[in-house]
Amino acid sequence: MSVIALHAKQQPDKNDVPASNRAPLPASPAVPLAFSLRGITKGFGDKTVLDGIDLDVPQGQFVAVIGKSGCGKSTLLRILAGLDTPSSGTLTLAGGSASERRSRIMFQEPRLLPWARIGRNVEVGLTGIAKGEVARDLSLQILQAVGLADRVGEWPSVLSGGQKQRVALARALVAHPFILALDEPLGALDALTRIEMQQLLERIWQQQAFTAVLVTHDVAEAVALADRVVVIDEGRIALDLPIPVARPRRHGSPETARLEGQILDRLFGRG
Amino acid sequence: MAKTATNTIARNLAGWLLPAILILVWEAASRTGLISESVIAPPSAVLAAFIRLLATGELAENIGVSTLRALSGFAIGGSIGFAFGLANGLSRLSRDLTDTTLQMVRNIPHLALIPLVILWFGIDEEAKLFLVALGVFFPIYVNTLLGIQGVDPQLVEMGRIYGMSRRQLFFRVILPGALPAIFVGLRYALGIMWLTLIVAETIAASSGLGYMAMQAREFLLIDVVILSILIYALLGKLADSFARLFERLTLQWHPAFQPA
Repeated sequence: MSVIALHAKQQPDKNDVPASNRAPLPASPAVPLAFSLRGITKGFGDKTVLDGIDLDVPQGQFVAVIGKSGCGKSTLLRILAGLDTPSSGTLTLAGGSASERRSRIMFQEPRLLPWARIGRNVEVGLTGIAKGEVARDLSLQILQAVGLADRVGEWPSVLSGGQKQRVALARALVAHPFILALDEPLGALDALTRIEMQQLLERIWQQQAFTAVLVTHDVAEAVALADRVVVIDEGRIALDLPIPVARPRRHGSPETARLEGQILDRLFGRG
Repeated sequence: MAKTATNTIARNLAGWLLPAILILVWEAASRTGLISESVIAPPSAVLAAFIRLLATGELAENIGVSTLRALSGFAIGGSIGFAFGLANGLSRLSRDLTDTTLQMVRNIPHLALIPLVILWFGIDEEAKLFLVALGVFFPIYVNTLLGIQGVDPQLVEMGRIYGMSRRQLFFRVILPGALPAIFVGLRYALGIMWLTLIVAETIAASSGLGYMAMQAREFLLIDVVILSILIYALLGKLADSFARLFERLTLQWHPAFQPA
């Protein structure tokens, strides 16, 4: 029944595109696809959650997926991360070897091991990839990138919610994934920590040039971070909107406000 | 550092304040004739009995015999309970097959089996080992199972996503997550261990602390009876202290064990 094709699509003309001049959308032919979804459906029992999703995402793009609760956006993310299999349709991931196709998912909860120190928690991200000294060095480097290198020897219980989520981000990124799936990772944080985390996420995305898929129900967050916002309604893509705003973006500029309005209108069927 | 060390010592000593006062009051009551010597021997007499039995080597021998019994019974029952707890926590099939039976057996007070055990084993070592092992089995089993079932499924999912093998998942996620509950079972089991041994030794034994107490009763040596009871209390406290020390060492990550 389920058809998932994981083609190792070779990209001979794969050229490195610097983060600064990445085309937001439409995908310029120079940028190869990171993944492609074709006719993805997913049902649980009688209930159809996803009803034919087609989506092509170029490498290095930041896509935000928005929708009301229960619209199937988290299911879409879980399919992309390989945690669920679609009822039908195909998911094609680009990249050659398994390590080039590596995807990671980050959840709303940090899901850190309470009995492992911060450094060891980040090293979980290197399970089966690196060990010992190498793993320790890589973990420390990524902890530096999220600004927590000095907490490497602490227990998770002494960290704040935002710091824990930064450790979770470090763990997800330490093995340099090709795709990072984010399932409302900032949903449980307070407003100020949230803005800080958004800036951190944007900076790291620009440095590491992975493809990011962010599921959120915060329209402002989507517009602040994404190159492209996809609105899902009743299991289908209802809107696919490029966000051609130059980075770094400012919260509350007229341009973003207009785009937010457009998305909200579509979400509440006023478009 | 020095100040916190002094504080810790002071706090540990505080726990011994009440027993010390009780002993002083008890001695005073005995001396003034408030308590008859035939009801409870004064602490000084108990101390004298302690020194007397220590000198003959009788006391050390009996403590040795009892401790060995307690620990062997604990090792047998504890490891079987732990193994069943792990198996039933990790495998639904194993749980479906054995849990109902184990829960039924659990509801039989194990000390009710004493007549049967005497019939089977007489008053040999096996009788005591069997009873202690049986008594210790259930708290360890129930709490290990509970601990494993209580491990956060989100953490298990996280471990799977990051490609942990079954072995890694067990040692890095499931076992550490179950450890606090396992320790609850361990400390509870230590209490049951002494309780079972006292009863078993009082009823069916030819050596050990319980036997020593029963012999003393025959000869109306109240001081020795009380000495045995006090030694049981101390051994119980000692076992619990070891368990707590081990707990502190392995659960450093737990907020309850971190210095405030």
